[in-house]
Amino acid sequence: MLDKNGIAKRIAQEVRDGMYINLGIGIPTLVANYIPEGINVVLQSENGLLGIGPFPKEEEVDADLINAGKQTVTMRPGSALFSSAESFAMIRGGHVHLTILGAMEVSEQGDIANWKIPGKMVKGMGGAMDLVASAENIIVAMQHSSKDGQSKLLKKCSLPITGIKCVKKIVSDLAVLEVMPQGGFKLLERAPGVSVDQIKNATEGSLLVEGEIPEMKL
Amino acid sequence: MINKVVKNAQEAVHDIPDNAVLMLGGFGLCGIPENCISALLKKGVKGLTCISNNAGVDDFGIGLMLKTRQVRKMISSYVGENAEFERQLLSGELEVELIPQGTLAERIRAGGAGIPAFFTPAGVGTEVAEGKETRVFDGKTYLMESWLKADFAIVKAWKGDTAGNLIYKGTARNFNPMMATAGKITIAEVEELVPLGSLDPNEIHTPGIYVQRIFQGNAYEKRIEQRTVTRI
Repeated sequence: MLDKNGIAKRIAQEVRDGMYINLGIGIPTLVANYIPEGINVVLQSENGLLGIGPFPKEEEVDADLINAGKQTVTMRPGSALFSSAESFAMIRGGHVHLTILGAMEVSEQGDIANWKIPGKMVKGMGGAMDLVASAENIIVAMQHSSKDGQSKLLKKCSLPITGIKCVKKIVSDLAVLEVMPQGGFKLLERAPGVSVDQIKNATEGSLLVEGEIPEMKL
Repeated sequence: MINKVVKNAQEAVHDIPDNAVLMLGGFGLCGIPENCISALLKKGVKGLTCISNNAGVDDFGIGLMLKTRQVRKMISSYVGENAEFERQLLSGELEVELIPQGTLAERIRAGGAGIPAFFTPAGVGTEVAEGKETRVFDGKTYLMESWLKADFAIVKAWKGDTAGNLIYKGTARNFNPMMATAGKITIAEVEELVPLGSLDPNEIHTPGIYVQRIFQGNAYEKRIEQRTVTRI
């Protein structure tokens, strides 16, 4: 089983040289720590920054420079700053190559739910609906099951959805899965020490298992 | 040049009436008009509709106006950092319209640019789409969204001149430039008010045509929500 950093490490392997990438809050933010040497990418922040750098040193902290999670950040050489309208023009216009975000549930059709729990949590969707409706390549970082053991990879989302038929790939604590165009989760890789049966038991939606399933290399 | 300078925040917001529709710039607490929010608190106007990406935190930003119950309705994309907000929302005391962030930004831009509506993919198939017109372009479904305008748009910039030209700093730009265009009256508070001719016209983000009132604010707190540093 993978911890949060393990999930981030595996997702980092999906990153290609030259990509512009939007990282969501939580596990996706950690992906930046594992992008291999020699792979040059530009990270986009929805609040108006291309070229997010590492967190600042104490003396570099600038209240006017934050990421979408409201954390203080720095800028890499060659960064650009812009308005929220421009930022979402980049996103909707298909200029961002890869979006990595978290999810509460994903359906076997690629629907995603990650913004609302009726009667409990009403934080709002922020930029998630714009991102999932527009990105060509969406990878979801998530836990395979809830804390009480309920599968989060479902036939149909039970929570209010954020977007339809948009998730292409999922990296969970148990597995890497691809959402098939005709529906269903295709098992690509197992997390270290996790069996195919464990993944089957934790997946409510239809799971496609073809041949030998390799273990992830981290 | 027309002189748009007012003395301070009190003078800038003096004629904002009860039940006004306001836009307030900022993303989280970054780039919010701190001085005008304080002046609105002091003035005690009520029944406000506030269009702002976030609702501040419990004890800063718009959160302060929620505490004093001056806000009737919030139009935002994300309100997660505010417990009082969540309480008023779940109890039905506060009306809230949650809008995808890119749609919110574009609706404001459209309001200022004279575009009554546009189509966006954000929210298709979700509860955001309920009751809205959809149309298919090149095989993909899009949702019609309409412009947003305000009685008063209140923005925060880094530098401004007496003609209302504005320059923002860092990610404090966010919603401020679009909001500046979408207010019947736009109020700009700036950290540094400079004389005409001292800003390079090549560097202006918001041309002064959009701004009716400008003043130099003071005592900016610029509170940081998530101070995150590298430990080396």
